[in-house]
Amino acid sequence: MAEENKVKLHGMWASPYVQRVEIALKIKGIPYEYVEEDLVNKSQLLLQYNPVHKKVPVLIHNGKSICESLVILEYIDETWKNGPPLLPQDPYKRAKVRFWTSFVEKELLENVLLVVRSEGEAQEKAIKVVFEKLKLLEEGLKDLFQGETHHIDGENMGILDIFLCSLFGAHKAQEEVLGVKFIDPEKFPLLSSWVTAFTEVAVVKALQPPHEKLVVVYQFLRQKALQPSAAEVEVKEGVYVRSLSRSHLPDTLI
Amino acid sequence: MEEVKLIGTWPSPFSYRVIWALKLKGIPYEYIEEDLSNKSPMLLQYNPLHKKIPVLVHGGKPICESAVILQYIEDVWPQNPLLPNDPHERAVARFWVQFAENKVPCIWRLFRTTGGEEQEKAKKESMEMLRALEEHGLRDKKFFGGDKIGIADIAFGQVAHWLEMIEDLVGVKLIEAHTFPHLHAWTKNFKQVPIIKENLPDYGEMLMYFKRARDNFLASRGPGM
Repeated sequence: MAEENKVKLHGMWASPYVQRVEIALKIKGIPYEYVEEDLVNKSQLLLQYNPVHKKVPVLIHNGKSICESLVILEYIDETWKNGPPLLPQDPYKRAKVRFWTSFVEKELLENVLLVVRSEGEAQEKAIKVVFEKLKLLEEGLKDLFQGETHHIDGENMGILDIFLCSLFGAHKAQEEVLGVKFIDPEKFPLLSSWVTAFTEVAVVKALQPPHEKLVVVYQFLRQKALQPSAAEVEVKEGVYVRSLSRSHLPDTLI
Repeated sequence: MEEVKLIGTWPSPFSYRVIWALKLKGIPYEYIEEDLSNKSPMLLQYNPLHKKIPVLVHGGKPICESAVILQYIEDVWPQNPLLPNDPHERAVARFWVQFAENKVPCIWRLFRTTGGEEQEKAKKESMEMLRALEEHGLRDKKFFGGDKIGIADIAFGQVAHWLEMIEDLVGVKLIEAHTFPHLHAWTKNFKQVPIIKENLPDYGEMLMYFKRARDNFLASRGPGM
């Protein structure tokens, strides 16, 4: 690939935000070079490419950086017009998709993270909020799909599918660590069938870290939030989590 | 062209984002002032999820969330574009709109403080946010959009007009010419753009409105905070 057209993605294997971008790149069939970042020891390149947030994902295309997963997805959709569109053509449908994507990001994700990072009464409260938001999303999906079955495969995943996937693709690990079933087919039939559908998509399956690794990640996030003074534990666990990198280490737990 | 309606409130910066976009593109619309203390059936019908303004109604179909509305307006009416042509520059503009959504709310957290640690924290966050705008967003450009205003300038409108009001009420000064030279100049230049100048809430009225709102909020919170 010519240097000018080269696509690079700076990411971290456990990051759902990075996963969003990888799903999009793979759906569109865009070849890219992946660069794993150590988020405790951020590379000079990352700091140069994302000076405002210093976070992953960062997409580099034609030597220029694009930051923030949603911005990257829109960029990908506008730049590579071959391959399935990530947003509908119709402006009103686009607005609805953007609205629900924003909802997933700001209202669902934030509250799921709150559940991960809290315990006792605070956690119970956060769980209640997540269920309320899921109910709203279930209603929203009915409106979005207008009674049609939304069939998902590698050919038609869009930004809302991708965002939901990055949040609830790990729902089984969330269930195990948090002891709460968010993706409940009885409470949320539409959402549950949707989540099942996109976790079966080949591209998503290939990118999803194994269940055991995800469990460790969620346990680590929880530990870090609930015992901030246990710095030694954090360092050890942090090292361990970082060591569980993508594919070139053996897939075993000690 | 199908009928365009905007449901908004006169003190809200989010309402103005939509007004500015519609006026910059020359789109005729009907403005409906909403009373948020007594929400209309129309608002509850058009925005059942959040029950908030602004709501754009185009041909009877509602669009909610100001950032979503701005993109919708750009998609439907491409004249006088709010986004640049170049894909990378578009991504940069969208990055700053997202930054406005995620980071600018800290000025409203500052608005709700009276002092102490809470105020110091909010002040620090606000200064960091402004520093990012000065050094990375604006740099030495006249506007975030370059020579003329674009979607990012519209998104940061709060910083140009409402922040001054917050500074007055809380008694802190954040943007000064010597600490944020480009941003300071931008607040003046932005408000000189004719469409913006003609479509801003009166400063005095706004100050009175938000002082009352702040007093009510602080009173309901109780003493000792």
